[in-house]
Amino acid sequence: MNFFTIIFLILFSTYSYAAFPDGQEILTKVDQNMNSETQVVTSKMVIHSRRDTRTIESKSWTRGSEQAYTEYLAPAREQGTKMLKLEDRLWMYSPSTDRIIQISGHMLRQSVMGSDLSYEDMMEDQRLSGMYDATVSGKETVDDRICWILHLVTRYDDVAYHSRRMWVDQKRYVPLREELYAKSGKLLKKIDLKDFRQINERWYPMLLHFKDVLKTGEGTEFIIDAIEFDTPIPAYLFSKAALRR
Amino acid sequence: MIRFLLKGLLRDRSRSLFPIITVAIGVSLTVFLHAWIEGEMGDIARSNARFTTGHVKIMSKAYAENKAQIPNDLALYGVQEIVHQVRTYYPELHWVKRIRFGGLVDVPDSHGETSSQGPATGLAVDLLSPDSPEIATLNIKESIVRGRLPERPKEVLVGDEFAQKLKINPGETLTLMSSTMHGSMSMQNFIMSGTITFGVNAMDRGALLADIKDIQQALDMDDAAGEILGYFKDDIYHDEKALKIENAFNSRFSSIGDEYAPIMFALRNQDGLGEYLDLANYMSLIASTVFVAAMSIVLWNVGVIGSLRRYGEMGLRLAIGEDKRHVYGSILLESLIIGIAGSVIGTLIGLAISYYFQVYGLDIGSMVKNSSMMMSNVIRAEITGVTYFIGFIPGILSTLLGASLAGAGIYKRQTAQLFKELET
Repeated sequence: MNFFTIIFLILFSTYSYAAFPDGQEILTKVDQNMNSETQVVTSKMVIHSRRDTRTIESKSWTRGSEQAYTEYLAPAREQGTKMLKLEDRLWMYSPSTDRIIQISGHMLRQSVMGSDLSYEDMMEDQRLSGMYDATVSGKETVDDRICWILHLVTRYDDVAYHSRRMWVDQKRYVPLREELYAKSGKLLKKIDLKDFRQINERWYPMLLHFKDVLKTGEGTEFIIDAIEFDTPIPAYLFSKAALRR
Repeated sequence: MIRFLLKGLLRDRSRSLFPIITVAIGVSLTVFLHAWIEGEMGDIARSNARFTTGHVKIMSKAYAENKAQIPNDLALYGVQEIVHQVRTYYPELHWVKRIRFGGLVDVPDSHGETSSQGPATGLAVDLLSPDSPEIATLNIKESIVRGRLPERPKEVLVGDEFAQKLKINPGETLTLMSSTMHGSMSMQNFIMSGTITFGVNAMDRGALLADIKDIQQALDMDDAAGEILGYFKDDIYHDEKALKIENAFNSRFSSIGDEYAPIMFALRNQDGLGEYLDLANYMSLIASTVFVAAMSIVLWNVGVIGSLRRYGEMGLRLAIGEDKRHVYGSILLESLIIGIAGSVIGTLIGLAISYYFQVYGLDIGSMVKNSSMMMSNVIRAEITGVTYFIGFIPGILSTLLGASLAGAGIYKRQTAQLFKELET
């Protein structure tokens, strides 16, 4: 009797494991949904710090995972500040100093405008399926949507987050929640993705809530006011000359 | 009897003048040394006070809890009003605002592109107001290695070693990248007016000294500051007074539940300086005790020599029938009078010398000129309550002890031997 019970349990657990789809396949579908050849985004960043709440408006132009250009529109103090990312390099332009300064080294880990995002986070636009190995570890309901729980482990040493847990909508293949971990296993950041809208054939989150768990405060809301996919962007925008434009 | 002894002392200068001079010299040295040790040992605490702690320091509660991280996002708001109030309530101190900050210093080349970069540790103080005490408090003028003091807004001083690493010379431009009080990126151009050496390696590697108004503007800290420091106007830390002011301020200003309410800390309650102050006191006590013991031996010897010199006189007095106890008593009384007179004179001389060095100090600027260290170029003595009576311990006790030991011989003398001694 005991022998049959053991055999049954082994068979059942194997069946359960086999019931999970391939994690890498899910991650590829997530990438297809979240990425495009080009993106033009007008957004607001609402930063809930320990002491106050500020809103910063910006417009970003992105081409693939290598080129990005951001201009801050408001408030007045930040207006005209620009950021340019070309491959793995990042420059900032401040109109008050008329200087273009490259951000490198430990500065990349600093917070962007006091938010819960770091410059490294802003730089990391590469497709996750190219950086992480994914396995499905279970399923769970988030915001009334049934999700696969993906466990992602990086293949490279120079990636900001060694591993991630991602809750992916089983039908829309969009992440609803993410947890980002250091190599030590320490939780570093949490992201909640909400307010999904269908734009053409894809579903896209219009509200992302970032929380750096090492910081005090209520986190940062990234609200997308407008987004355009695969629209032509002039090449000159992705040059240092454009920063002083 | 005292009148008789006084007359004897005044008429026989060998019994009064020499012992009083010796006692006075010993006592004045003891008094001065005590004041000097107090002043010198206090110098490290003073340097800390000047650079980081003040004699008292006001921060927001939240800032104080995380002060090692220099959390300017938790800095004090409304500092003008706070400074106005503490100036009214505690006029015995002068008050200054300071901001500590970190950031990245970027030096451009001729095309405006980054030529060199380095992380900076900054301190913003009032450099430009004509009545600002900060130049003297931080000894900035004497610490300049190249260039000059900032004279206009947007001029800064950079640590000499840091400036060499960045390959920047006085008169050239640098850009400070830092975070505003609200966490935004801040970029601000400055002209380096000169270089400075603080004498602290960690500081010299990335030091940046700027005017507080420039940094308030750059870091979006209008009417805000990380710290408000208070200094006693005589430039000496008074522990008891500082603790009283701390208690009074905290009961007046602290607000339960408001983590941004101002809170005051006396120097003793910052960075483990309380333990250091106690250690300095013990060191001062040990050094004073050793010196007092040495002086006691010298003055005891004076008493012994004095008594021995009067060996014949004692013999005669005993021979003509004076009681041994009376003779011994008169010797002790004489030594007491000499001890008191010498101690009073010695203490007055010692206090006068100590006061001179407390007010004017000893300028060692020429010795530390090349090092340009952020330390006091003038070492000062410090007169405390103990200084007024420390000299009386060796002055009176040792002469009394010397006379009592030397005079004890009186009891050993035999009356039968006295006339024999007188004949010889």
